[in-house]
Amino acid sequence: MATPQSSDKIPVTVLTGYLGAGKTTLLNRILSEPHGKKFAVIVNEFGEIGIDNELVVNADEEVFEMNNGCICCTVRGDLVRIIDGLMRRKGKFDAIIVETTGLADPAPVAQTFFMDENVGAKTRLDAVVTVADAKWLKDRLKDAPEAKNQIAFADVIVLNKTDLVSADELRDVEGHIRAINPYATLHRAQRSNVAIDDVLGRNAFDLDRILDIEPKFLEADDHGHDHDHDHDHHHDHGHHHGDGHNHHGEGSGLKHYHDEDMQSVSLRSEKPLNPDKFFPWVQELVQTEGPHILRCKGILAFKDDPERFVFQGVHMILDGDHQRPWKDGEERLSRIVFIGRELPQEKIRQGFASCVA
Amino acid sequence: MSISSTAIPSLADRVRRIATATQVVGVHFFGRKPVFVLGEEHLLFADDEEKRVAVHGGGILASASDSARIVTGGDDGRLVATDAHGATSELASDDKKRWIDRVALGPDHSVAWSAGKTAHVITGKNEHRSFEAPSTVAGLAFAPRGFRLAVAHYNGASFWFPNAAAKPEFFEWKGSHLSVAISPDGRFVVTTMQEPMLHGWRIADSKHMRMSGYSARVRSMSWTADGAFLATSGSEQLILWPFDGKDGPMGRQPRLMAPSEARVTVVAAHPKQAVVATGYGDGAVWMVRVEDGALIGARQADGTPVTALGWDNSGQVLGFGTEQEAGVLTL
Repeated sequence: MATPQSSDKIPVTVLTGYLGAGKTTLLNRILSEPHGKKFAVIVNEFGEIGIDNELVVNADEEVFEMNNGCICCTVRGDLVRIIDGLMRRKGKFDAIIVETTGLADPAPVAQTFFMDENVGAKTRLDAVVTVADAKWLKDRLKDAPEAKNQIAFADVIVLNKTDLVSADELRDVEGHIRAINPYATLHRAQRSNVAIDDVLGRNAFDLDRILDIEPKFLEADDHGHDHDHDHDHHHDHGHHHGDGHNHHGEGSGLKHYHDEDMQSVSLRSEKPLNPDKFFPWVQELVQTEGPHILRCKGILAFKDDPERFVFQGVHMILDGDHQRPWKDGEERLSRIVFIGRELPQEKIRQGFASCVA
Repeated sequence: MSISSTAIPSLADRVRRIATATQVVGVHFFGRKPVFVLGEEHLLFADDEEKRVAVHGGGILASASDSARIVTGGDDGRLVATDAHGATSELASDDKKRWIDRVALGPDHSVAWSAGKTAHVITGKNEHRSFEAPSTVAGLAFAPRGFRLAVAHYNGASFWFPNAAAKPEFFEWKGSHLSVAISPDGRFVVTTMQEPMLHGWRIADSKHMRMSGYSARVRSMSWTADGAFLATSGSEQLILWPFDGKDGPMGRQPRLMAPSEARVTVVAAHPKQAVVATGYGDGAVWMVRVEDGALIGARQADGTPVTALGWDNSGQVLGFGTEQEAGVLTL
């Protein structure tokens, strides 16, 4: 993988997707490519297709509630144990891939990396990659809440089996995906034939690299599918597509949908924020709305603070830090994004507006 | 306040150091001869001559010992016994090659282990019994008397009587319990939890004990020789919970000793005296006297976390391991 690593923590990629979407095909493709990397693979016990890899661990997906009074604070108990055990073989693998069952919620897997200190000290969550079936995803979004969760939670979406649908149907399903999650990187694929570098080494949870997802913020804003109509569209389309990703079909032909159930809320402020107002507000928000908020991310400019503050969150868990000094001439813009279920958009909007210094 | 390493007597220069190049995950003894369990494949016999004995075809996940053997469970799905001469024998293997990640030794040469949700016992009469826990077995401990086994799992611990048809006794407490210990007098059962806390029950009446205040998940606990204290890791000092008296730690404060800037990672109580060997995340090992908190150094901090500690039965030899080396201190 081309991405430089500053830490020696083992990267973990979570591979999710509804039943039959092509997760195992993608996994076997990753393992068989001549990249010279060694993987430890954690698969669910009921996986039906063989995995050709030296280090395969069968997991019983056990979602455990934490004893902290928070019903959405769940961890994968099996992962806590397995990562502890795998670390005895440190040096025998370069990365870990966790394949979930088709019905799994990605949140407990992600939260394990924030809630368990030992797991967080030895490994880092790289990205949640969701494989979706171009032909059947639309139906699953209607009848399977798990499928919608997996799309909403994803950093990378592999839209698979595009050869089974027409160009029109493909734009249609992409429109439905974007209505739920405008921020994930979307790759079209057939038989899961996506480039390995597009799914591994993404650093999607690395605070220091939230910079890298800026084009995603802007790009989503450009297309206006984030239901945020407060800001002016002054960004130029052209230069946001130079980030090396592969955004097929995201031009003017993309259909716009509104998902009744799952939305994203994107907010921005050109005025600096007051940290003494912002932190109590965002903590209160995730305390009360945490079960509904799947993911959140933000880049913030505080008044009289020479440094950018970045944060991200999963349900009620927030993780944030100063990232780097604002550059000379850089626009000190605060941006914040929530993806979730039935989010109280107006309440969030007003709350954020009241954090202005 | 922290330990100032200059003012405290140290025996660190008397330690025999052995480079392992891999992490040490356990320490056991045959008599006074230490044997280190390495993270992968081997036991390291650290007699005058060092020798490595291959026991597993991968990671070694759990180990336990009595005077005659060291029993290890591996990610190769095998349960292996090794004797004092380094001869190995396979006691069991998992038919699906699942990890064997918990092992305990009991009376009359009985052995217990677990793979997934199933706890197994081979009795002293070589009979095999098993118990299906409601979730993955996360801890196994034999009771000091009678043929009973505590099994930790999600939402509590079960007391299993492998020789009886009776249903296991269930001690309930919500949450994920990751290891279990029974007090030497057999009156209390204590688990470590996913959260930075312990939970305990008085066995006679299932009365609850919550022991919290840690800065991290507790990964190591050890009863002092007289059973009066449970020594635990998980904080930037040694935490000792009082288990003397009929109510154990209920309504009482723990003793806090040997504060440091680094967190305690492993504890091992001396087998005869009220002394606890305490290993830290910065590599330091101190022997802490429970009576007054007096310290003697056994290893200086060097930034490599202590990963294993153990005493021989006589209490004359302390063995310890880090992610890179093993050490032996003969008192």
